[in-house]
Amino acid sequence: MNRVEGRDKVTGRARYAYEYPAEDVAYAYAVQSPIAHGRIRSIDASEALATPGVLAVLSSADPPALGSRDDAELALFQTHEVAYHGQIVAAVVATTSETAREAAQYAVRIEYDAEPHHVRLRTDHCGLYRPDKVNPAFPTDTEQGDVAAGLARAAVTIDATYTTPTEHNNPMEPHASMAVWEENGDLTLFDSIQGASDDRDTIASVLGLPPERVRVISPHVGGGFGSKGTTRPNAILAALAARAVGRPVKIALTRQQMFDVTGYRTPTIQRVRLGADAAGRLTAITHDVVEQSSTIKEFAEQTATPTRVMYAAPARRTTHRLVRLHVPTPAWMRAPGEAPGMWALESAMDELAIAAGIDPIELRVLNEPAVEPESGLPFSSRNLVACLREGARRFGWANRDPEPGIRLEGRWLTGTGVAASTYPARRRPSRASAAVEDGDFVIRIAAADIGTGARTVLTGIAAQTLGSPAERVRVEIGDSALPRASLAGGSMGTASWGSAVVRACEALLKNGAEGTADTTEDVESDSGFARHAFGAQFAEVRVDIDTGEVRVPRLLGVFAAGRVLDEKLGRSQFIGGMTMGLGMALMEETVVDERSGAFLNHDLAQYHIATCADVRDIEAVWIEEEDPHLNPMGAKGIGEIGIVGTAAAIANAVYHATGRRIRDLPITPPKLLG
Amino acid sequence: MRPFSYSRATDARDALERFQPGTMYLGGGTNLVDLMRLGVARPDSLVDVTRLPYDTVEAAGDGLRIGAAVRNSDLAMHPVVRERYPMLARAVLSGASGQVRNMATVAGNLLQRTRCPYFQDISHPCNKRRPASGCPAIDGDHSGLAVFGHSEHCVATHPSDMAVALAALDARVHVTGPAGDRVVPMPGLHRLPDGEPERDTVLAAGELITAVELPPPPAGASHYRKVRERASFAFALVSVAAVLDVADGVVRDCRLALGGVAHAPWRAELAEAELRGAPATQEDFSRAAEAELSRARPLPRNAYKVPLARNLIVRTLQELVP
Repeated sequence: MNRVEGRDKVTGRARYAYEYPAEDVAYAYAVQSPIAHGRIRSIDASEALATPGVLAVLSSADPPALGSRDDAELALFQTHEVAYHGQIVAAVVATTSETAREAAQYAVRIEYDAEPHHVRLRTDHCGLYRPDKVNPAFPTDTEQGDVAAGLARAAVTIDATYTTPTEHNNPMEPHASMAVWEENGDLTLFDSIQGASDDRDTIASVLGLPPERVRVISPHVGGGFGSKGTTRPNAILAALAARAVGRPVKIALTRQQMFDVTGYRTPTIQRVRLGADAAGRLTAITHDVVEQSSTIKEFAEQTATPTRVMYAAPARRTTHRLVRLHVPTPAWMRAPGEAPGMWALESAMDELAIAAGIDPIELRVLNEPAVEPESGLPFSSRNLVACLREGARRFGWANRDPEPGIRLEGRWLTGTGVAASTYPARRRPSRASAAVEDGDFVIRIAAADIGTGARTVLTGIAAQTLGSPAERVRVEIGDSALPRASLAGGSMGTASWGSAVVRACEALLKNGAEGTADTTEDVESDSGFARHAFGAQFAEVRVDIDTGEVRVPRLLGVFAAGRVLDEKLGRSQFIGGMTMGLGMALMEETVVDERSGAFLNHDLAQYHIATCADVRDIEAVWIEEEDPHLNPMGAKGIGEIGIVGTAAAIANAVYHATGRRIRDLPITPPKLLG
Repeated sequence: MRPFSYSRATDARDALERFQPGTMYLGGGTNLVDLMRLGVARPDSLVDVTRLPYDTVEAAGDGLRIGAAVRNSDLAMHPVVRERYPMLARAVLSGASGQVRNMATVAGNLLQRTRCPYFQDISHPCNKRRPASGCPAIDGDHSGLAVFGHSEHCVATHPSDMAVALAALDARVHVTGPAGDRVVPMPGLHRLPDGEPERDTVLAAGELITAVELPPPPAGASHYRKVRERASFAFALVSVAAVLDVADGVVRDCRLALGGVAHAPWRAELAEAELRGAPATQEDFSRAAEAELSRARPLPRNAYKVPLARNLIVRTLQELVP
C-alpha cells in the first residue's frame, strides 16, 4: 500500500510536535555542562534574566518540584552534581527561540568544581561489574557444557576481539515537545515519541500527576530508531518551563544536543571464541561483552543474546560486563543487542570458515540447531538455511573463489561476503477499538508511526479483517487518549497493535457497531516456542588499493519473517535497516574527546550516515513463512532485522577483497591503507 | 543567536560604507548562519552581498572572470568552465550537497571556516575562535586535521574543494576594500596559522572579494580527486588537484595542489619542481610525492594522511599520462 498519510507528508500538511500552534507560546533552550564530572559551585542567572525577552531561568539553584526522581536523566535541576559533558544543568525560557539560545549560551554564568573523569571504555577498567540483567530482562550470563573441554578438543579455534564505537541514532526529526497546561491543571504535551501511552505515564510520574491528567499527542514522528522509545528530557523541560512561565512552551533539541541527551548505542568490546571439529561442527562458543553505562543510570545492552539463539554447540557461554563512566546513559539504537552482537559473531563465523576451509554458508548450515540452543524450546519457525540458500542462488555465490585479495579490477580489489541475521519476534499487550462512523470504519489505538508505515499497515490489517476496502478504514494513532498501546520498539509494533486491531475488528463484526479488544491475556498465553526472524545478508565490496576507500556496489538481504504484510512497506523496512547497517560498517562513529568528555563530531556533517550515493544496488527479498504460533497476522517484526548482520557481511567481503580482517568498526580508509 | 542587524548592499561601494567593526558580509550563509546559531560567529551586523552585480561568469582575455556571488552550482554547470576548466567543475561538485551548492557563493566558499570540531563547539577552547585559549586538537582528536604548515597554536584545515582547484590553476582573487582594489594570487589568499590562527586569510577588515579570475587553462590533462569516508557530502580526508602536461614521455609542466592537509590549499611546489623535465613514470611520480611529503609533520592520529596523499598523487598523475 502507499502511505495513507503520504500526501499530507509531502505537502507539508502533516504536523510534527514542534509545529503545533499555540497562543502566547514561549521557547526553552537547555544549558549544558561543559565538564564531564564534578559539581556546580554557583549559578548566576542575573544577566540572562535582565535580557529583554527572557522569561525565566530554570536550574538547580531553585529545584522544581517533581513527583519522581527515579530516572536521573529526567529529574531535571534536582542536583548540583554533574555526571557527563552535555548534561542539562539549566534552561532559559524566552519569547523567541533565538533569545533563549543566546541567553543560554552567553548569559547564564555557572561555575563548576571539576573532578577527574573517565570516558574511555576499557576491558581492564577497575569498575567493571556484572549487571543483574541485560536489556530488557535477559540473564546477564549463560553457560552450558564444558567450554574449556569444547575448545580443547576442537580441530580449529578462533579467538578474536571485535569492537564497535559509540553510535548515535540520528533520526531526521529532532526531539521536540510543546507543553500546554490547561486551566484545570491538566497537561497536554505534543511530543516526538515512539509510544504515547508509556510517554504519558512517565511524564505523569516525573511530574507527580495522575496519568489521566496528562495527554500526549504525537500523530507524526520523523524517525526515532529507539532514541524516542522512552521519554526524553525535552518533554520534562517543556512541561517544567511552561509551568514556570504560565504559557505554552516549545523546545526542539539541536542536532548537537541530541547527541548528549537522547541516548546512543554503547561502544562494545566483544571477545568471541569458537571451536569446531574437523568437519566444521562447533564444539564451543563463547561471547564475552564489555560495555558502558553512565554513573547515574544503568543500561546494559543485551549484546551477546543472539549468540544464545544462532548455532548449535555442546558447550557455550555468554557474559556481559558493564562499567559506569562519566558519559550520557546509552539506550536503544536500532536492534540493540543484535546489531553489535551479530557483527562480532558473524565476523567470527567467517574467520572460522576460512580457518576450517569450509564455505561460510555451509559452515552455518552445518551448525543449524534443531531447537533454540540455550532454552531448548522449539522454534515457531526458523528458515535461516532457506535464506542462505536462496541468497546464494540470487547472489551468484556458487562460483565464488574463497581466496582473498586476488580480484583486481583497475585499482579496485573486489570481494563478496555473507552473514546471518536474526531478531526476536515478540509482542506486547495492547488495546484497540473499532467503530462505524458515518459509514466508515474507524480504528483507534495509541500506536505510533515513526516513519515505518504503521498507520498504513494497520489500515491494511483492519481492512482485511473487516473485508472492507482500505479507503473506508481510518486509523487514529499517536494520542495517549486513544486505547492504550505498546510502543514502537523491539520490532513489536505491528505484531502488538495488529493483534489488538484484528480482535477489535472481529468484535465489531460480531455486534455490528463497535468492538474493543485487549490482548493482555492473549499475549500472556504466548509461550512454548522460541520466536525469531532470520535472514542472510550478502555484500559485494570494492576497495581502492591506493586510498582504502570501500564502496558497496551490491547488497542483498533475504529474510524469513513470517508473513510480510505489505510488500512496499516491508521492503522499505528491510532496505532501510540494511542501509543503516552499511553506515555502521563503513562510517558511523561518535568520537569522544577524552580531555573534555565531549562527543566531538555531533552534527550530520561530521557524523557520517550513508548517503544515497553510498547505496547502489540494494535488494531485499523474503521467504514466505506460515507460522501459526505468532499472532493473528502470522507476522514477525521487521523493523530491525535489516541492520543485523550487514556490517559483518561487508567486513567479510572486505576480507575477501583485501585479505585484511578489520575487527574494529567502522571500516574507514585509514584502517585499510598501506 | 545574538541580536544583529541585517542590510542588503546594492553595490560594492554601498557594502564598504555599511561595513563597521562587528560587521560580516553575508553570501549564501551556508556556513556563516550555522556558525551564528552555534554561537561561534557573533556579528553585530550582516551586510548581504548576494545582490551585488557579481553573479556572472565572463570571458576575460583568454581566461575567465567568475563573479564573487556566482552560486557554486552555477559555476560547476557553466559550459565554459566544464569545457575548459573541468577540474574546477569537478572540485566544486565534489563539495557539499546539491542544496548547499545552490546557495553557496564563490566568495563564501573561499571564506568558509574550518570544520575542526573544537572550533565549532564553544564549550571547547580554540585559538582560532578565542585567541590564546589553547588548541585541544593537538593533543585530542586531530584525525581530520593538518599535516602541513600547522603551528603549535592551530592544526585546522581549510575545508574547501574549490579553493584547491583554484590554487592549482593560479587563480587571482580580485578584492575591493577601504584602501582600494587589489589582486591576491591563489595560493596566497589563505594563510598558515602561525601565531595568529584567528586570521584565515590575508584579507583586511572590510575587504570584499568581487571576482576570481582564471588565467587561460594550463596545457595538459587535469583531474580533481577527493578521498572521503562516504561517497558524497563529506569533507576530504585528502584531495588532489592535478594538471600534467607530458610530451614524448617527459613532464613539460605540472601543477599539484592538495586539500584537507593544511590551513590553506597546499600547492605542492616541491613535487612540481621534481617533476618538471622528469620522465613521466611511476618512479618519478613517487619521488616527487616523497619530496613534497618530506615536509609533512603528521600528528599521531592523522599520520595516515601521509601515505594517503602519496598514493593519491602518484595514482592521479599516472591516470593523467596520455
